[in-house]
Amino acid sequence: MSENKDKNGSRRDFISKGLKLGLLTAIGGAAVAKSLESEEMVELMDTDGNLIQVPVTKIEEHSSLKGDDYNPREGFPNKKFVMVIDLARCKNAKQCIKSCNKNHFVTGDNAWLKVYKMQDNEESSPYWMPNLCQHCDKPACVKVCPVDATFKRRDGIVLIDNERCIGCRFCMAACPYSVRVFNWSEPKQGEMTEVTMTMEHGDQMDHNAGYTPDYAGFPSVRGTVDKCDFCPHMIDQKLLPHCVSACPNGVYFFGDLYEDTVTNGDETFQLSKLLKDNAGYRLMEDLGTAPSVYYLPPKDRQVDFEDGLKNYTEFESVEKTKES
Amino acid sequence: MKNFEELTNDLAPRKFGLYGKLWIGFLVVIILAAVYAYYLQATKGLEITGMRDYALWGIYISNFVFFVAISLVGSLVTAILRLSGVKWATPLTRISEIIAVAAIIMGGLTIIIDMGRPERIYNLFLHGRLQSPIVWDVIVISTYLVISLLLLYFPLLPDLQILRRKFKDNKKLCKWYGRFSLNWDGNYYQRSIYKWSIRTLSVLIIPVAFGIHTVTAWLFATTYRPGWDSSNFGPYFIAGAFVAGAGGVISLMYVLRRTHNLKDYITDFHFDKMGKLLVLLCLIYLYFNVNEYLVPAYKTTEKEAAHLNALFFGEEALLFWTVIIGGLVLPVILLLFKKMRKPFPLFIIGLVVVIGAWWKRFIIVTPTLLHPFLPIQGVPESWHHYRPTHLEWLITWGTLAGSMLIVTLLVRYVPVIPIHETAEENNIIEPRNTDNNEK
Repeated sequence: MSENKDKNGSRRDFISKGLKLGLLTAIGGAAVAKSLESEEMVELMDTDGNLIQVPVTKIEEHSSLKGDDYNPREGFPNKKFVMVIDLARCKNAKQCIKSCNKNHFVTGDNAWLKVYKMQDNEESSPYWMPNLCQHCDKPACVKVCPVDATFKRRDGIVLIDNERCIGCRFCMAACPYSVRVFNWSEPKQGEMTEVTMTMEHGDQMDHNAGYTPDYAGFPSVRGTVDKCDFCPHMIDQKLLPHCVSACPNGVYFFGDLYEDTVTNGDETFQLSKLLKDNAGYRLMEDLGTAPSVYYLPPKDRQVDFEDGLKNYTEFESVEKTKES
Repeated sequence: MKNFEELTNDLAPRKFGLYGKLWIGFLVVIILAAVYAYYLQATKGLEITGMRDYALWGIYISNFVFFVAISLVGSLVTAILRLSGVKWATPLTRISEIIAVAAIIMGGLTIIIDMGRPERIYNLFLHGRLQSPIVWDVIVISTYLVISLLLLYFPLLPDLQILRRKFKDNKKLCKWYGRFSLNWDGNYYQRSIYKWSIRTLSVLIIPVAFGIHTVTAWLFATTYRPGWDSSNFGPYFIAGAFVAGAGGVISLMYVLRRTHNLKDYITDFHFDKMGKLLVLLCLIYLYFNVNEYLVPAYKTTEKEAAHLNALFFGEEALLFWTVIIGGLVLPVILLLFKKMRKPFPLFIIGLVVVIGAWWKRFIIVTPTLLHPFLPIQGVPESWHHYRPTHLEWLITWGTLAGSMLIVTLLVRYVPVIPIHETAEENNIIEPRNTDNNEK
């Protein structure tokens, strides 16, 4: 009996590992699909960064990351999402901003994701720095919220419940990264957006029954705060956040801290090694907010800073559509 | 020395004259306009204000801080001075308690005006989280309101009974005074409860008053922002609050002395004393200002430097120095001269101090927000500055008018100077024969 149990146990372990790896590969690219065509074994990376052979039959597809008892306030089980932003690659192409604005129906004057023109001092060179919600592990915004409208989930994501937010804006005052955006007026998400929303997510459109903090901007609510949500609606479909997949330069890496792996869709790295090798850092570490977003310093750049200048708009981050 | 009847006649509230009616009409017009402006805000959203994502708090919040600040005078005059046995402050206790009640009511309302979703305020009770300073503020402000109301009401009980007798020809007025006086007849038992209650409230209100303004300071000091990130903020706010409050009491006591003909009760002596008190309070507040601005200025960390530069030499410099010099330094210098502590000059100085105190809150709130850690980029040029809109000003004026209307109405029905206490202190005996027959 006990032997059996052990065997079962180890087998279950292996399968669960396989599942995680499978997911990883799905996020990482089309590796699984390719290998399915040719052979029985799949090459995957384990948590230590070694490549291992896994039989295809051991890999199970999960249609959704959400467990049976998924709760938007709890988040995905056994996950801890992180992002790495490689400043050496960013040349202010701004595709991330465009994609974020489009997919989150951002219509105000302040995007949730912006690329800052930075220069730390006169001697050092300027660089482009994407800035979005840092999904801090000790979020100042969550600490000050009087009604628990903005909250921290076990998977690391900080979200806002726009049905509960009272619009006091204390979270915006508390956030040192200036990533929170207020809906000062009725969001002009417009008819076209409404059509898109209904087509893609018709089931979630009923505001009272279907609203979920899982998809920020869907819809935005007047008098409440919005911000980057790390795209749980994409993660759930095992896809990468919009900014990550939209970036033509592979600046953004997204992944799971527990798996110690991040990917930008084309390349996959071991998170700890990537951060060690490149002296990764977090913004304003001294404040003790413990962000989930890491930056790699802008060294050994293949792109000229000046290339980004033609895209730089100091006073605009949300392109206005001409029709409206 | 006056007899009791003269005293009552002098101090009993009286009907509004022409100016009083005009004044009320003026206030009501402003309030109605503000209500309309708020209706626009409620339907269109806070976009009608000059606030945006960087200047995310504006004059609503600084006005709120002002109201909380000026309401602290209730505890200063009625509690601190009363408990320390300062007899000359007796005629000023009610005036300061009236200011406290009016200000704290409008302060509470102002914070609701600032909310993006005021109709969801019930969430504070459904989902309130104790780690949020806003929840502390809600708790401590409502406590302060209750104690302030009681501290206004309890000392009124004997006065209301006196007024009931005085206005026995006016049935309606007589009935209401009677109801509110809770059958006060001044027997030993009632008096002992009365004395004990007032003393207890006077003690209680001091920590609560310190609490409301310390917590209000913490709304800012609990953030990381340069200009707010200060361990000095609680005492700094309280010191400033007493300045605003003393200025408020001086202004109001001058006005009431004129309108109610109280020259025999609020004398030059009182103005002189209040003038000296104001000097002391201004000096304490200046001391805190030196700490608050000069210590960071000495270090000039990058972020603090940007903020302080804007205050000392930049965009906010004119306002900053006008407030510091005009609202604090000059009053101190002027009030060193005895002539300036006469009623009229002191009244002007008091008004200037109050106006300066209002703008001081503005300087504390918004410039900090316009100097965040990361540069302001990707937003319209106008978002780099904060200009309150006309509607925003109108709503703010409405709240100020609202507090003045509360003061005006209270003054209409309540003796500005405690009759009972004044009589007792001057050993004026109340003739008590008519009352018993009525029962």
